[in-house]
Amino acid sequence: MSFSRIAVWVLLCSVMVWADNETANQDKTPEKTETPDVSTIVNKANFMAYYQGQDGKSRVKMTITDKNNTVRIREFNILRKDKQDGGDQFFYVYFLKPADVRKMVFMVHKHTDIDKDDDRWLYMPSIDNVKRISAGDKRTSFVGSDFLYEDVSGRSLQEDTHEIIETTDKHYVIKNVPKDKKNVEFSYYNVWINRDNYMPVKMEYYDSNNKMYRKIEALTIETIQNYPTVVKSQVTDLAKNSTTVMEFSNVEYDIKLDDIFTERYLRRPPREAMR
Amino acid sequence: MTRQCVVGLVGLALLGLLIYPINAQDETDRDPLLDDINTLLGVSPESEPEPVEQESPELLMEFFGWHGFWEVRGGYRVLNDPYQKDMSIMETRFQLDLGALVDIYELRFKGDAIGDLVLEEGDFDLREGNVAFSPLDFMDIKVGRQILTWGTGDLLFINDMFPKDWQSFFIGRDVEYLKAPSDAAKVSLFSDWVNLDVVYTPQFDPDRYISGERISFYCPMVGGFCGQENYMNSDRPNRWFKDSEFAWRLYRNIDNYEMALYGYKGYWKSPAGSDDCAEVQFPDLNVYGASLRGNVGKGIGNVEVGYYQSRENESGNNPFIRNSEIRFMAGYTRELAKDFTAGVQYYLEHTMDWDNLKDNLPIQMPLKDRNRHVITLRLTQLLLNQNLRLGIFTYYSPGDKDAYLRPNANYKLSDNITLEAGANIFFGDYPHTFFSQFHRNTNIYTSLRYSF
Repeated sequence: MSFSRIAVWVLLCSVMVWADNETANQDKTPEKTETPDVSTIVNKANFMAYYQGQDGKSRVKMTITDKNNTVRIREFNILRKDKQDGGDQFFYVYFLKPADVRKMVFMVHKHTDIDKDDDRWLYMPSIDNVKRISAGDKRTSFVGSDFLYEDVSGRSLQEDTHEIIETTDKHYVIKNVPKDKKNVEFSYYNVWINRDNYMPVKMEYYDSNNKMYRKIEALTIETIQNYPTVVKSQVTDLAKNSTTVMEFSNVEYDIKLDDIFTERYLRRPPREAMR
Repeated sequence: MTRQCVVGLVGLALLGLLIYPINAQDETDRDPLLDDINTLLGVSPESEPEPVEQESPELLMEFFGWHGFWEVRGGYRVLNDPYQKDMSIMETRFQLDLGALVDIYELRFKGDAIGDLVLEEGDFDLREGNVAFSPLDFMDIKVGRQILTWGTGDLLFINDMFPKDWQSFFIGRDVEYLKAPSDAAKVSLFSDWVNLDVVYTPQFDPDRYISGERISFYCPMVGGFCGQENYMNSDRPNRWFKDSEFAWRLYRNIDNYEMALYGYKGYWKSPAGSDDCAEVQFPDLNVYGASLRGNVGKGIGNVEVGYYQSRENESGNNPFIRNSEIRFMAGYTRELAKDFTAGVQYYLEHTMDWDNLKDNLPIQMPLKDRNRHVITLRLTQLLLNQNLRLGIFTYYSPGDKDAYLRPNANYKLSDNITLEAGANIFFGDYPHTFFSQFHRNTNIYTSLRYSF
């Protein structure tokens, strides 16, 4: 179960691979134009975060360090394909580490329709079992990491109100307040979005006492096949005093993935997933 | 035994195939042995135009590394069972799990070497030893020893007629051991409209059923309990290519609702009959069924049905062979709170010709209900950054007035080391009902596993 979360999480990661240069260039006029309205910014950031390239592949390594300095490693390959740009997506996650989850596969058919839950499957190779996984609490940890399911799968823009609180030389800073406070542990969060390419590079979460207790940062950004890509990011849980670093390697875009997001390939992982 | 030896040899041969490529990769040119392997597998490397792999000999083969685990596991009965040792499980197990790609073929080997203090023996259990490949775009084939599973139940099976290991399940081995391997060929055909799996098992693979060897049980023929001292002989159909099994599944997804039709021609997988010499038997059985699974509300719902046609007792008049049955189940699973999941299932076994069974039953044998209802409940809570999993799975039969509880705690001490403790608790009002008969086998166990 918890692996499924990792997977989701992975999604996030790959998602964080953003910012088509071309698109970015079209919009790159921060010095001379007016600040776009807030819904344009959050929509573009969301798009950049989740829909770069038609498909993609990456090796992901998560290093979780808890308050006692105990380190745990999670490693997997993730394959992503967009059903339609800005719409539904497929994710395939093949676990490599730790050893007890090796060869497990997590698959998601993500639906953007707010009334439709994602479809999720977990394949357990030791018993050749294809299991359906129910949609869960989206603010739950992935495999004990400090990333939450929602960090990975994305949070619907409709769930928060958005406000520009600052425009710096490089960033738009957006404050996001949940419309329904019952289902979340934060009272608001701020996101730093690059002005030149709309990539979200930092998020800070605040509790009801206005105290920051959690932050996510993009640590390293590289341009891969013309796509600016977050290849290293970190989440810090200040309350629990733990961190998780996520690193991407072997990133490839537009690899023309076949339709591998079916039961056939759960039971028999494609070679590009295993390598 | 002979079969085990043959299978073991095949496994070792496969292991050889897997290990060889490691050394082969150091060779600069094609090695003659590599050609031998290809010949053995029936491939001519030249005739397989995989341009990328042709460029570099290393890509022709890929070894996935040394993996597996070492485990120690011990458990005791908490009640006195006159037919068994106090130790319910006391074993160490070393599993090696290897895989390699050789040309278009994917090779798998997974085997357990076991030192068992309960039966006082060493054993080797080949879990997987198979070759998988896709000869056509729309076809997958897997041949050899393999674990096979289909169907929608959670620890309940209707159309999954692949062998189960109930002994392992009841003594507290890892739940992966509930599935016993099959020696079979699986052919899968895929299309946009519907998919088909066909599994042919040339020699009947029965369950690793409750024989009295590790778990004592109620023997209707004896009118009492059977255990290690007096476990029954079996008359298992075992002729290659004659006593074979044939299973198929036709399935498709519509909007991610998974629907399937199933068929099976073979034998009751656990003893379902006995002859005059009190040898247990595996009578002929056909099964036809269907299932449906998908998102329902915030959770996952499933229904599955099967008709068990007991072909040696179609009239239902023979009380010594199991009657035909309709089996049905419906289940629902969802997350109720953060890291807390619940799943509930209802299961029914309906005896088709119960009146005939009743009329013909010898007076000393207990009559089961026409309908056996079972309700299962699974609760799972993750704690300590999801490194601790507390769970309980419960079977409860209101008609039989018996139950089986499986509490379990699993803690990941590190990425490699897992500690586990749990229990198998059986109780009921009558000595002969399905779960109640195992009452004296109630046990607790603990284990330590190092995975690599």
